[in-house]
Amino acid sequence: MLKGLHRGAKLVTVDPRRTTSAQWADLWLGLDVGTDIALANAVAREILHAGLENRAFIENATTGFEDYAESVQPYTLDYAEKITSLPREAIREFAHIYAKADRAQLCWTLGITEHHNATDNVLALINLSLLTGHVGRWGSGLVPLRGQNNVQGGGDMGALPNKLSGFQDVENDVHRAKFEKAWGASIPDKEGLHLTLMFEAMDRGELRALHIIGENPAQSEADVKRAKKLLQGLDHLVVQDIFLTKTAELADVVLPAAASWAECDGTVTSSERRVQRVRKALDPPGEAKDDVEILCLLATALGHSWKTPKAEEVWNELRSLSPLHAGMSYSRLAKLGGIPWPCLDENHTGTPFLHGRLWERPVGGRPAPFTSVEFHPPVDELNDEFPLRLTTGRRLDSFNTGVQTGGFASPIRNGETIDLSPSDGMRYGLTEGERVRIASRRGSVEAPVRFDENLRPGLAFLTVHFPDEVDTNQLTIEAWDPKSGTAEFKATAIRIEKLEAAVASER
Amino acid sequence: MDLHWIDAIETDEERSAVDAILGSWDRANVPGSSLEEHVAREGRELSEGKRHLLLPVLHGVQGSIGWISKGALNYICRRLLLPPAEAYGVASFYAMLSTEPRPKRVAHVCDDIACKLQGTDALCKELQSSLDPDVWHRSPCLGQCERGPAVLFQLAGEDDWVLTDATAKDVADALQGETRKNTPPATLCRTRGPLLARVGVADPENLDDYREHEGYQSLRLAIALGPEGVLREVKESGLRGRGGAAFPMGIKWEAVAKAPVGPHYVICNADESEPGTFKDRILMEEDPFAVVEAMTIAGFATGSEKGFIYVRGEYPLAAMRLQKAIDIATKRGFLGVDVMGNGFRFEIEIRKGAGAYICGEETALFNSIEGFRGEPRNKPPFPTQEGLFAKPTVVNNVETLVNVLPIIRASGLAFAAAGTKDSTGSKLFCLSGHVAKPGLYEVPLGTTLAELLEKAGGVAGGRELQTILLGGAAGSFVSPDELKVALTFEDTRAIGASLGSGVVMVFDDRVDMRRILQRIAQFFRDESCGQCVPCRVGTVRVEESIQRLARNGNSKRDAELIDELARVMRDASICGLGQTAVGAIQSALERNLLRNGDEKS
Repeated sequence: MLKGLHRGAKLVTVDPRRTTSAQWADLWLGLDVGTDIALANAVAREILHAGLENRAFIENATTGFEDYAESVQPYTLDYAEKITSLPREAIREFAHIYAKADRAQLCWTLGITEHHNATDNVLALINLSLLTGHVGRWGSGLVPLRGQNNVQGGGDMGALPNKLSGFQDVENDVHRAKFEKAWGASIPDKEGLHLTLMFEAMDRGELRALHIIGENPAQSEADVKRAKKLLQGLDHLVVQDIFLTKTAELADVVLPAAASWAECDGTVTSSERRVQRVRKALDPPGEAKDDVEILCLLATALGHSWKTPKAEEVWNELRSLSPLHAGMSYSRLAKLGGIPWPCLDENHTGTPFLHGRLWERPVGGRPAPFTSVEFHPPVDELNDEFPLRLTTGRRLDSFNTGVQTGGFASPIRNGETIDLSPSDGMRYGLTEGERVRIASRRGSVEAPVRFDENLRPGLAFLTVHFPDEVDTNQLTIEAWDPKSGTAEFKATAIRIEKLEAAVASER
Repeated sequence: MDLHWIDAIETDEERSAVDAILGSWDRANVPGSSLEEHVAREGRELSEGKRHLLLPVLHGVQGSIGWISKGALNYICRRLLLPPAEAYGVASFYAMLSTEPRPKRVAHVCDDIACKLQGTDALCKELQSSLDPDVWHRSPCLGQCERGPAVLFQLAGEDDWVLTDATAKDVADALQGETRKNTPPATLCRTRGPLLARVGVADPENLDDYREHEGYQSLRLAIALGPEGVLREVKESGLRGRGGAAFPMGIKWEAVAKAPVGPHYVICNADESEPGTFKDRILMEEDPFAVVEAMTIAGFATGSEKGFIYVRGEYPLAAMRLQKAIDIATKRGFLGVDVMGNGFRFEIEIRKGAGAYICGEETALFNSIEGFRGEPRNKPPFPTQEGLFAKPTVVNNVETLVNVLPIIRASGLAFAAAGTKDSTGSKLFCLSGHVAKPGLYEVPLGTTLAELLEKAGGVAGGRELQTILLGGAAGSFVSPDELKVALTFEDTRAIGASLGSGVVMVFDDRVDMRRILQRIAQFFRDESCGQCVPCRVGTVRVEESIQRLARNGNSKRDAELIDELARVMRDASICGLGQTAVGAIQSALERNLLRNGDEKS
């Protein structure tokens, strides 16, 4: 992105915090937490009122435009100003920059998806891209940026409760039959549970045993106190990981895994859907084993004598089942330096961007639907008791719960702090470095205060990197998006208490 | 690359040093409660195209504070939207910039080979016992070889200056604030041709005096000839670069003139750092308008509107005189939007180096101007295609450029009449060391080394000649029986030497060549930028070998090792530094100069 900026691209950053990325921006819009849909719909309304929508694209490639246009009418600039706290002129400016750009991308990360209405947030952005035709063309598009090198690959391979490899539906009989034939086994015809539903099922006592691979829910779940209790209540817990995580400490059995980037052969898939080879350089330490080997040994122990296939054999089976990957032989992956899917056969060089079909005339395949969405404020409401909006996130040198990054020192890591705007600090009579209690409707934690002039009054920030010091997810709300299963990590109502006052009140 | 500020805060003094260059900054739009404070628009303004101001700003802080603190660095980074690690990488690249606290007045004492022949080792020994180690440092060649030992004073809050013929008392006095008159360099210009005609004759700070001595006649003629005509004359002159690489200048100019991509740039490479070289310094100090006029002609001929003079940080007087000349020429219409009323535009900006030999390499120089570490780039693409800011760029050495003035004045063919067929015109030679009359000599190319030595009065004190270093530390040693070589590009190449930057450093029979070779090896080890392995590791290994040879006498194993290292470095180094770093040492070993040292000691 910075390379693009240096070549003259414009950047508009929409983020409650004035982050380091926002410092580069031509325009930073510091909206209130959780008001993204109000902003997106107001931008759409402004584009329509200024006549900047791409009529030809809309008519050729979309459905549901009339309803959508109708649905954004209430989102006037004045209304959006009231909801988002952004001046109307700035919203208008953003709308015009986006609509008039020759090519434009909407890129987002967890600020859009860690909300109770995550899917609606994404749909609101998709609507904007359909309205302007900024999709399906080189340089334009919708870009959910991934936080890990292989998040995309995990989904592609079918590590989703409703999908088989290559995004083929579990509930589609034709798709399922193909896999059943290849595997010589039957597959449940109903989709499974995603992470959040699993915890609900544990709560109801329906889910009694769990095998967790490479995830640390005992620290990463919202309302983590509850999550931990549920994990502890299981009949049997197996954790397979490269580290002895807090979750692994709760397990009945821990299966030490090899690190996939240096100790295993295989592939990874980046955000641009580029499948790349990774090669084994080291033998894993001790008794650690490749994930594939562990699963095969487990199958054998359960009475199915699976041999341990080589990585390339596993991959070739995938290619025979997933049309998206069919043309990606190991030798071609090496030769072409990775291939972005779909790659349908061995003469296909892969697909640098998706949805180009929308520009075919007539449109190739099903037209893209507009989906009207409405603004709903964050579930955890602010009031006099909990007047501050806490949003959580990451810092440059740390990663999620710190399992992978806690092991090395960094000169710019100062431990966890509760970041506040300097004026809030003054208002609450705090000094920098002072430990305070941070309380939400669910729990409380203690952390030292840091003043950050990039936060405005009323906004507070914590990360999830140091759960042993500051267990941020004691505060966050378990409210979650029914469509994606993601919890609302980004919007919590809190208050700050001076420690001596807190002690006094407890007495 | 991400931005993550460090917590250190700048002092008021540091802030004003930065603001003096970047303009003052009122950090508007810190997020606040009002609607307007939810929006900011300064990212573009902060980030766009300012990286090239990094080195000037670092100079600004170093110059007024005496060192660059974390707080100052952080403030610079906020102003230029740079990650602190990047800026630190640049600041720590240069010898004249300090990222550690340093006294306000510091002496850099040249202990390079030319000054060694003039007693700098004794001087350093005295300083060691009389001065606090913080206030003086040893320095590579300061380009004052005709009048050493030389000392550069870096003074926070005052202009830097250079002391020549230095004694320990002079250094101590200067650190206390006293200044002393130096030997005027003009008196050390011994033989003159068209290049040195004005040196010591015309006032270097007076445009009218310059014009009275043929100044700006060439530009007037060039405008009459038109760009095509100028290119024709330059090509017909056969002029080849005087900086060391000897590339035909007309071909460079034409390539840039015809390059379809714009804008074009002209760069005067005044980073004269080759040990033993001082010719460009004298041209810049004593005839700065000539440099400005020649660059203007280059701009006219190549369709460039902007020129940079990259002058080494160790030449404060040259930078000052050039700036004065640029200011006066701009005021009088010889630079600017309408040069000489002829409707073409040309501006010149001075960029000061900060103590890095490698920045004389043209692509390293681009990186230095652009605000990156001065590390060379791979070629191709060549500068005429992708040079400064990735645009077509002419880079010429000072002496090369100044040659344009006589070429235009007399015609290319007339210029080519002097010298030989492949080496046309006259050349400046920097005579130093054990020679009766050290100084700058302008002679036609083709003059023999013996003739040049004779003009300089032969070996000082009538001693016997041991060897001559021809072309600088990246050149080679020649023995007394090779003096008949004609000083041309082709004849020197035939004996495995080169003219290089015109260094002729004379060593009499008393010199222990071991310490000279050690200093040369140390020089390249210090100055290797470290970017590519063959050079970074090779220069260290060569220095170790030379130390062993010096300690243990000639060993076949080390001589072979040096040859092998030289081959790898020549084949695999990115730039000329690594490729030529072992040349002088090899030539010395071939001529048995080390064994001579053994016998003497």
